[in-house]
Formats: sequence, C-alpha cells, structure tokens
Amino acid sequence: MEKTEIVLEVNKVSMMYRLPSEKITSVKHFLIKKIKKEIKYEDFFALREVSFSVEKGEVFGIIGSNGAGKSTLLKVISGILKPTQGEVKRKGNIAPLIELGAGFNGDLSGKENIYLNGLILGYSRKFIDQHVDEIIQFSELEKFIHTPLKNYSSGMKARLGFAIATIVKPDILIVDEVLSVGDIKFREKSEAKIMSMIKDGTTVLFVSHSMSQIEKICDRVLWLDKGRVLEINETKKVVSKYKMK
Amino acid sequence: MSSKYKNFVKYQDLFIELIRKDIKIKYRNSVLGIFWSMLNPLLMMIVLTVIFSNVFQQHIEHFPVYVLTGRLIYQFFSESTNFAMDSINNNGQLIRKVYVPKYLFPISRICSSFITTFISLIPLALVMAVTGVGFHWTNILVIIPLVCLLIISIGVGLLLSTITVFFRDIKHLYSIVLTVVMYMTPIFYPISIIPEQYKIIFEFNPLFGIVDIFRSVVIQGEVPMIWTVAITSIYSLLIFGVGLLMFYKKQDKFIYYL
Repeated sequence: MEKTEIVLEVNKVSMMYRLPSEKITSVKHFLIKKIKKEIKYEDFFALREVSFSVEKGEVFGIIGSNGAGKSTLLKVISGILKPTQGEVKRKGNIAPLIELGAGFNGDLSGKENIYLNGLILGYSRKFIDQHVDEIIQFSELEKFIHTPLKNYSSGMKARLGFAIATIVKPDILIVDEVLSVGDIKFREKSEAKIMSMIKDGTTVLFVSHSMSQIEKICDRVLWLDKGRVLEINETKKVVSKYKMK
Repeated sequence: MSSKYKNFVKYQDLFIELIRKDIKIKYRNSVLGIFWSMLNPLLMMIVLTVIFSNVFQQHIEHFPVYVLTGRLIYQFFSESTNFAMDSINNNGQLIRKVYVPKYLFPISRICSSFITTFISLIPLALVMAVTGVGFHWTNILVIIPLVCLLIISIGVGLLLSTITVFFRDIKHLYSIVLTVVMYMTPIFYPISIIPEQYKIIFEFNPLFGIVDIFRSVVIQGEVPMIWTVAITSIYSLLIFGVGLLMFYKKQDKFIYYL
C-alpha cells in the first residue's frame, strides 16, 4: 500500500455563535441593558463536532444545503475564524480561493492591486516582483493593468483575483465555487489551472452545489447537514444518497 | 512563540506596505505636503509662546523649545492612538474575508505616525539653533524617550482598538481622556507650579515622565539618570503588556462584531 500523509486534520471542531437578541454597540446602551438585565443571548451552533482528515494529494469535496455550515468550515480551516472547540491541524501553506480579491482598492491600478492583494495573502514583495508578469498574463488584463480598478468589470476583477490567488504552489487549495468566474473561456482556463495543480499533488478542498462538478473531480466527499457530519465516503456513494434526499 | 515570529516574518512586507500607504495618504492632496508637518508645530509654538511666555518667564528657560518639545510628545500620542483606535473597524471587510494577523493594523498606524513625528524634529532643531539652545552630542539620546513613547502608544492603541470593536462610542469618551491628558502634561507650564500634594496624580500620566526626560536631553543635553529611564521603561512596558494581553484575548471575537 502506498504511504500516505495527512495534511489536514480537523478534530471535533464546533463553532458556536452567541447571538445577542439585539445588537449593542455602545457603552451607554450596554450598561443600561445590563442593569435592567435585558441582554439575552441565543446560542447557535454552526458546526458541531466536525472531524475528518484529508490526505496529501486528495481532492476532498464538501456538500450540503444552504446554511449547513460549509462556508463556516472553510473559514475555520483557513484560519479566519477560530473554532469554539476542537482544533485544526494543517501542514504546509493554504491558498483559500474563498474570497477573491480581498482588500482590492478601487482607486489603485490593477498592478498596484496585485501587490496589495498579494501582500495580504502573505506573499513577500520579492515573490510578487518575480511573478507579476505571469499574473497579468494569466488574467489577460495587459491592456488595462494601469487603469484604476474601479473601472474594471466584475468579471475582470474576479480574473485578476483568481490569477493572484493561484500564483503560489500551495499545499492545500480551498475552492469555494469560484470556478464560475468570468466567461466560458476563462472558466475553462481556471479549471485547467486547478486540474494541473491537482496533478502536481496539491490537496484540494472543494465546495460546490454542482454535483456534476463534484463527481468529476472529487475522491471523497463530506456531507454536512445543520453543522453535523452526515457522511464521509467515496464520492459516488455520498452523491447518490444526497440526490435521493 | 516561534510560530508567531515566523508568522510576522511572513507578513512583514504587508506591514511595511501599510505604513507606506498611511504616509502616502497623509501627504497626498495637500499642497504643502511634508512642509505642513513642520509648519503646524511652529505656528502652535509661536502662539503659545506669545501668550504664555510672559506668565512663566521667570520659571522656564528657552520657552519656545520647551513648548515645542512638550507639544511634539503629546501630539504624537494623541494622533497615533486616535488612528489606531479605528484601525480594526476600518479594516473590518478585510478581516472578515482573509486571515491576516490583526495586530498589523493598529501597530502599523502607530508606526507611520512615529515616522512622521521624526519629521517634526527638523523644526525643533531649527528653533534650537535660532534661539541659541545649542547642540550637544548627547542630543542623540532623544531616541530613549521616543522609543518609550512608541511602546506606550502601541499598548494604548491595541487596547483602544480592541474596545472600539465592541463599543463604538468609546471614541467620544477617549476625546475627553485626551483633553485631560493634555492638561496633565506640562506642555506650556512649568512642573514647579503643580501643587506638591497632587504631583503623584500627574506622575501617573505616562507622558509626564517622557516629556521630562525628552526635555532634559534636548535642552540641557543631559544624560538621563538610569533609574528614571528604568522606571519610565518599566511603566511603558506595563502599559504595552496590558494592551497586548487585551488584544490577544479578544481578537478572535472581533469578527462577530465587525
């Protein structure tokens, strides 16, 4: 048997949101309500004891209806949210394609935004210097790269964001339905890029509502329902059950 | 600890970029540019000197430099902590979308203020030359009080940015606190006019000790006493520690309030 290495381990992760019955953003309001004992909290579990592990090179799908906790799970894994309980162990660097173009500034040019967004993603300046041409080329925005970003169409922004986020060779790639970026031509191109990353041994976490996409690329699938794991199994088995529902 | 350090190294270029952006924005859209940073303290100095030098003439030597040094310290503190206060809220969109070490935002704001403060050392040197205070090689030691000030401001900035996430109206409260701090800092009056029984309260103000060291280094060219420096640095580190601890404990909750 082939020797496998676990690159991502999610261990009994629970995520609880404590929702106050009304939003309080001032000291005055807070004190008055506190004295009157009018602050009520409602606990809401977005994730309950979710555990799974992903091996190196695996393409791992996550499915579930809206509000099942998929996005929360991805945010926990990428470190944006800290789980209420449990822990996430990661090996290697993660490239989250959850929110493309985070921190884009409309007043700066495309090229300046490459630097800004790249730095936010944790790239070094030197690394961006070396790859800026490649990013521009992949996004096919050579003509507009000195134009302020506010004049870009949403498709152009998404292309630029995708190009920046995928310029690294990450160990773990998190994809949240961004394959539906831009026009057909660019969609094919971005799919091809992700495919080539998978071939190179990148581990992929893939979230989608499209069962055909899931069936096409995933090895295993996790089915989330109301924050709980319903099933983790081979793609075919889970997807057929999911469709039955 | 080492993983935290590694994380900082990873994001150090972002940190530098945030500081650069702040400074760029500050001087863009202003015709006078950097010159404004020098003119502003000079004008204040002239006004305060004209008004107060008669009142305190017997007590204070080199009144213009006295005012300028006091103002420089206070101005940096109030500007930087005010900026840092809003930094988490202003970057809320970003913090909700990607993982970035959150302390970068308040600390970078304070560091950019610190750099622009160095620019106002130029008019200070100018006034020193004109009014005949004279320079000593020990003037280079201004770095000691300034670094203490930086540490205090980072501590206060982290604390304020944390509280502001949860309570937006703290801003109004802090503007009152700042006014109190301003009057409790001997910017334009001599320390000797403070009644002895209240002096302990004034010394509680972190800027008090710093202004004192800063002046003795700049005006008299004195090497500050070791124990004065020690007390001031311990106090600074204490404030820094409190701010850092609060920020660190609450930072995972920010995202629910942004």
